[in-house]
Amino acid sequence: MMRLLTTGALVFLSFVVVMQAGYKVGDVAEDFTLKNVDGSMMSLADMDEAKGFIVIFSCNHCPYVVKYEDRMIELHNQFADMGYPVVAINSNDPEKVPEDSFDNMVARAKDKGFPFPYLFDATQQVAKDFGATRTPHVFLLQRSEDSKLKVAYIGAIDDSPKTAADVKDKYVAMAIGAIENNGTPDPEFTKAIGCTIKWRE
Amino acid sequence: MKKPNISLCFCLLFVSLALFSAESRAGEKVELVDLKTFMPMLQPQNDTLYIVNFWATWCSPCVKELPHFEKIGKEYAGRKVKVILVSLDFADELQQRVQPFVEKRKLQSDVMLLDPGRGGEWIDQVDSRWSGAIPATLFINGSTRLRAFHEKSFTYEELSALVQTYTGEQQ
Repeated sequence: MMRLLTTGALVFLSFVVVMQAGYKVGDVAEDFTLKNVDGSMMSLADMDEAKGFIVIFSCNHCPYVVKYEDRMIELHNQFADMGYPVVAINSNDPEKVPEDSFDNMVARAKDKGFPFPYLFDATQQVAKDFGATRTPHVFLLQRSEDSKLKVAYIGAIDDSPKTAADVKDKYVAMAIGAIENNGTPDPEFTKAIGCTIKWRE
Repeated sequence: MKKPNISLCFCLLFVSLALFSAESRAGEKVELVDLKTFMPMLQPQNDTLYIVNFWATWCSPCVKELPHFEKIGKEYAGRKVKVILVSLDFADELQQRVQPFVEKRKLQSDVMLLDPGRGGEWIDQVDSRWSGAIPATLFINGSTRLRAFHEKSFTYEELSALVQTYTGEQQ
């Protein structure tokens, strides 16, 4: 009984922690320094001319990510020049998914010719700070007047993971369109099926 | 010749029927369902505990915990507990991937493939606590109005303890 209570309390506590962690739309995102697939260390501050960032929690192995890889490249090609580059982050524990190791990230970035940085969140702290739970999971950041990066949109890239041809609403593109016109994204939050981020035990 | 024992006959018939249904489950086709068919299943009105597990063949933590759900299904066979495995594999991979997977592993639980179509609003309708990551499991009992949601993978012990709690069998 005691054990059950303790387990229950632990489950409850971890649930509370999960519920509270992470950014909501409107929150200020903290910068981070992570290793890019080119071997350099990168922070968002390195691109201080950017008007914002399309931060995508991603990985190598997830079939939903694979379905979206070309669309991630398209997003970057369409919006980087406008001031919103894609920044992809892999936070998965490679002990759990060897396919998501840094070496494999380097290989994938090369194979696909990623035009955007693909960063390795080895400590998983960035995913925790953001409150990312799945891949792909997008956080659109917008630079405010005080130069802070505010979360403008959280969710999916668009409404059709399976086939790009069936997309009706391009959520991220719509959100950038809205903030570029001094509006607020609608929707500013969406959900989608994805792979869990593989947390270290 | 002795008069046949009627109750024994019935007993044998029952056992063979039970065996037959258990055997035949493995050969069943995985049903493809859309939201219109699926969502009402989450509103049962009876006193059965439904354990609805969202998984996919490509999701390694999901595949790893499937045997635990199968084991629970067996342990609670004949009682008011029903395991439903809802695959979120892509619908066009049903025949090539999901059906062979279910047959190879001889899954005895009900398995269906949900094609939710466009958009993610349905995820909130399943449970507002669900971010969309799998594995995820919903426990429902219409009579007791139980609706518990867990976006995590389970060990057998964790799952078993939860089922005991939700069926009111905890020590």
